[in-house]
Amino acid sequence: MTEEIIIAGFGGQGVLSMGKILAYSGIMQDQEVSWMPSYGPEMRGGTANVTVILSDNRINSPILTQYDTAIILNQQSMDKFEPEVKPGGLLLYDPNGIIRPPERKDINIYKIEASKEASNLGLPKIFNMIVLGGYIKIKPIVKLDNVMLGLKKSLPPRYHHMIPDNEKAIKRGLEIVEDVQKV
Amino acid sequence: MAKELRLMKGNEAVAEAAIRAGCDGYFGYPITPQSEVMEYLMAEKPHERTGMVVLQAESELASINMVYGGACCGKKVMTSSSSPGISLMQEGISYLAGAELPCLVVNVVRGGPGLGTIQPSQSDYFQATKGGGHGDYKLITLAPSSVQEMYDFVKVAFNLAFKYQNPAMILSDGAIGQMMEKVVLEDQIPRLTETEIIKKCPWATTGKTPDRERNIITSLDLDPARQERHNLKLQEKYKKITENEVRYETIDCEDAEYIFVAYGTSARICLKALQLAKEKGIKVGLFRPITLFPFPVNQIKEMAGKIKGILSIEMSAGQMIEDIKLAVEGKIKVEHYGKMGGIIPSPNEVLEALEQKIIGG
Repeated sequence: MTEEIIIAGFGGQGVLSMGKILAYSGIMQDQEVSWMPSYGPEMRGGTANVTVILSDNRINSPILTQYDTAIILNQQSMDKFEPEVKPGGLLLYDPNGIIRPPERKDINIYKIEASKEASNLGLPKIFNMIVLGGYIKIKPIVKLDNVMLGLKKSLPPRYHHMIPDNEKAIKRGLEIVEDVQKV
Repeated sequence: MAKELRLMKGNEAVAEAAIRAGCDGYFGYPITPQSEVMEYLMAEKPHERTGMVVLQAESELASINMVYGGACCGKKVMTSSSSPGISLMQEGISYLAGAELPCLVVNVVRGGPGLGTIQPSQSDYFQATKGGGHGDYKLITLAPSSVQEMYDFVKVAFNLAFKYQNPAMILSDGAIGQMMEKVVLEDQIPRLTETEIIKKCPWATTGKTPDRERNIITSLDLDPARQERHNLKLQEKYKKITENEVRYETIDCEDAEYIFVAYGTSARICLKALQLAKEKGIKVGLFRPITLFPFPVNQIKEMAGKIKGILSIEMSAGQMIEDIKLAVEGKIKVEHYGKMGGIIPSPNEVLEALEQKIIGG
């Protein structure tokens, strides 16, 4: 099994940390993982993205141009990465701020109202964990238990008091993800 | 005991590896994309763990000269930087090589020339393997292609540096520095005590005792005959390194008709290209030099007799290709494909280049 994922959105949305938790979840179940961020000017507020690969085998290229899954959190990333999903692959997006929804007919499309849900819960910071929950609901490549362990591993101890909220968000994500198009 | 596993950036892996390898001192100056090396060390406070000194110097020049000072005392010392910073250090590196001092320099390469870009590149191959500073000298140069190797090569580099009393370099790039992968950590190696250093490094300036002559460490000798003898000794050492320390990895080379030669990040891209090539029925393998000096000349030469062509993949205008061509001695076609300015070639582009430049060309 190899799953090649791009997570893309604005800097500050928690794109990189979502990727890190996913990668740690993979380690928790003995997979090989890689996490390759866009670094540099993007980190200071523009678009940010991270390529995460989980595999049972040695990972070859950490940098890709085609993905099994694209998790898309803003319009710029939709424009850039919708064409790069492999046919039959998965596109998961948050419709907040998306003015042109995905148009491809040869991929599975799901949406998750994560930013809306996060503000309903009064916890805007855990938006990314709602999205992560949605993703593992669609593709349970990592077990929920391992995601929870990954979460603990990737947060420094001074943030451990935030774990319960994050767990809640992941579970909420499992519930609210909706399918738009299946192929 | 269960192995200790961590998800780490390449830069963090270098820092943790240094502490665990029993490094005595790190001296550095921040620069993207390697700043996490010192950030990690500062946060980790290794002086509390092992007594290792971590110091942010006022410049790259100061860093490399602090390394010189530490190395003179037989200490296991290192610095790290990225391309423009490594350029600033070249005078010091030449002095370290001339004075036969062991140390580790890590270069997390970014695109050049000049300040260039902060994105990954492999355009410092010439600088690392052909000198960089002035004079006839060589750096033992290791090229990691994963975060695990970033970790492992710190210990390897220190061992080689002390074995040959020569500076060693880890030539990485921004991609490997910034990406995170799973790392298996090794147990702590204790730092050497003063007594152990005196025993292990009889050449070091550890304080003169009545039973021996003064140890003088310098790269200056104005007497031409003595200076030539010193140079001949250095060349003899580089010959020994060439004979004994070549490292490389081959993948799918046994029945290959064509070979990619690539190191570091480019080698990872090529691994994916191998997969794509297999789907198309193209018989191609990957030869990955791990030591860039000493370069695996004989291994490539031997391979050249069995294959039809080599494509050298490097994020540069084509630097390593010169060493490949020298090894191949004109027997088969050798071409370069690469990107510059911080762009990483895609596996598809690499495969297309093979089809156009080597198979069809």
